[in-house]
Amino acid sequence: MNITLNNRPESFEETTMTFEELIRKKNFTFKLLVTKLNGNLVKKNNRGEVSIKDGDDVTVLHLISGG
Amino acid sequence: MNIDQIQNVLKSKTIGIAGCGGLGSNCAVALARLGIGKIILADYDSVDASNLSRQYYFYEQVGQRKVFALSDNLNYVNPFVEVKPYDLKLGPKEIRNIFADCDLIIEAFDLAEMKQMIIETCGEFFPEKPLIVGNGMAGWGKNNSIKTEKVGENLYVCGDGMSEIADDLPPLAPRVGIVANMQANAALSILLNDEKNITS
Repeated sequence: MNITLNNRPESFEETTMTFEELIRKKNFTFKLLVTKLNGNLVKKNNRGEVSIKDGDDVTVLHLISGG
Repeated sequence: MNIDQIQNVLKSKTIGIAGCGGLGSNCAVALARLGIGKIILADYDSVDASNLSRQYYFYEQVGQRKVFALSDNLNYVNPFVEVKPYDLKLGPKEIRNIFADCDLIIEAFDLAEMKQMIIETCGEFFPEKPLIVGNGMAGWGKNNSIKTEKVGENLYVCGDGMSEIADDLPPLAPRVGIVANMQANAALSILLNDEKNITS
């Protein structure tokens, strides 16, 4: 599948995967993330169930302490 | 728009500021100077001498509750702004209660956990309200790494996205002030119905 990940095109062999699988595959190691699918928030407890498919617009935002 | 037209729009607007540390205090001062009608402040901390390296407080305010000290400072800047201080720790319930009438919300927490909490809370309960987050501003230099990104519909993220605070990378006045003012600048565009120009 071809998706947009953080505003950049990205290709995967899989035809679908969950957010948890994407985070593992991409080695997003930050423990605090905000995830969005096509602009809609995917809460952290739902990342194991919500699937990403071809054409989706996916955001994985790392949150950083300081302010 | 001239300054009178701008202030005429802003005087009917309400902004919520979640946290009154480096981001929140500096952003609030910029918004007060613009002539926002009402600013809602929330924080549960007191001013510490170490905060003065970046936060908009004065030496004589050390020991005061931040929301009340900041209310005083905003009043000195612009007595025509209505300021509503809440001396409490924000969780999902408090965010829903005190920011319900805001036109937009400024996230100004220090901890990443709290940033995640408010993004998820606002995404769930206020999906139509713009939320402007500060993310990554510790240290010094790297001027051109600081930017604003729009993430989905109503979420804007200001900062460099990488500089996390640490003992050898403290938050300091210049970069914290840049991000706080960038948040105020994004808020201004939104309130003037010109949000497309934020990321240009």
